[in-house]
Amino acid sequence: MNISRRHLLILLPAAAVAWKYVQAATPEDSPNYKMSEHWWGMLIQIPKCIGCGNCVRACATENDVPDGNFRTWVERYHVTDTDMTMPEVISPDGGKEGFPVAQEDAGKYFFVPKMCNHCADSPCTQVCPVGATFVSPDGVVLVDQEYCLGCAYCVQACPYGCRYIHPTKHVADKCTLCYHRITKGLTTACCEACPTGARQLADLKNPNDPIHEFLKTHPVEVLKPQMATGAKAYYFGLDGSVR
Amino acid sequence: MSGLKDAGHLFRFAGLFVIAFLVFLLVRGYVVPKTFGQYGHYRGAAIGEIAARPIKFAGHQACESCHSDIADVKTKGAHAHVNCEACHGALFQRLPARPQPRANLYQRFVALVVAPIPPDAPLLLHADDPTSVTPVKPDTLVLCVRCHTASAAKPKGFPQVNPADHMGGVPCQTCHNPHSPAIGADANGGAGTSSATGGAK
Repeated sequence: MNISRRHLLILLPAAAVAWKYVQAATPEDSPNYKMSEHWWGMLIQIPKCIGCGNCVRACATENDVPDGNFRTWVERYHVTDTDMTMPEVISPDGGKEGFPVAQEDAGKYFFVPKMCNHCADSPCTQVCPVGATFVSPDGVVLVDQEYCLGCAYCVQACPYGCRYIHPTKHVADKCTLCYHRITKGLTTACCEACPTGARQLADLKNPNDPIHEFLKTHPVEVLKPQMATGAKAYYFGLDGSVR
Repeated sequence: MSGLKDAGHLFRFAGLFVIAFLVFLLVRGYVVPKTFGQYGHYRGAAIGEIAARPIKFAGHQACESCHSDIADVKTKGAHAHVNCEACHGALFQRLPARPQPRANLYQRFVALVVAPIPPDAPLLLHADDPTSVTPVKPDTLVLCVRCHTASAAKPKGFPQVNPADHMGGVPCQTCHNPHSPAIGADANGGAGTSSATGGAK
């Protein structure tokens, strides 16, 4: 092939432009999902949770969560009438198979589903020494398992105890807010499996998302607000004894 | 410029610095992933990799696109807002691994005997192939009881029964249609009394 200098000078910029599109392989470049148009969170309504453990099982199925580790789990609080500040908290196997029957007494019971709060100012991402965990542009805290060293600094840094070291991959693992689902228009596995609607995926940037109406008309709380983590798991009906 | 007469060693040293810097740039360009720093201090391509993980729960919209008859029954009953997969689970199968055409004897042995279905085998969803991935009927004695067993810990408005008193081992679907569980007067929207405490809302 004989290319003159003139033709080469014309071809080179064209090839550079083409290569830019070849390299593009991120969700931002996919036509149906724009990261800049979403800001994900979760709404959890305590009065609706019945402690069935559907969310824990669905999460384990969807994400191949190893036995004994949990990306989400359910705790049962029992606040006795004698000491309101020291609740009894149980979570047998993360609440995966439900909870033992509770007898009526003078105190109160309630269930608290827990999961990654997908903090906007997350302590876990700030401590990563290699940049393997990060808040994505659409507000989801993710782990790059190709890049993670498994040092577990983030596991210690998470104030909510939402991370673990995967027993066979030896890297940090956590809730991805079912990123592979929400980027395709589906809800998370836990929300899909929740029979009472206690969990609800929320897109805080989508003006049509019912979360906005809910936040306007209901008092909500986040866990450990004093830590200023910018948590985006909003709890409705949260008791003051929950830590 | 007599001051530079004896400065040759400085230029040689500066030259070494320049070479070391170029080597650093070369190694850095090779070691740092291409998309590192695209959105922040992380590998931008990781987002796409996480988004590409396989889906197992097809979502109730996928179920309803074929099972519209059941969806119609369900929307009229108390389980209207219970998604299909909350009870039926994610209907998927792992495809058994086939030995590669050029696999050696050891690889064939692993694929056929040791791990016929590896944990990372490709998925086949019922929603994608309804004939080869067939659903298993859930055991109502386990499934219904998990949610509806009476417990002081559950919200007061949630319908609850004591399984031993309520049914005595008779499967729930003998009396209740799981897709629209109210019986008799309740089912027709009447104000019949239910043996379950709490209202089916």
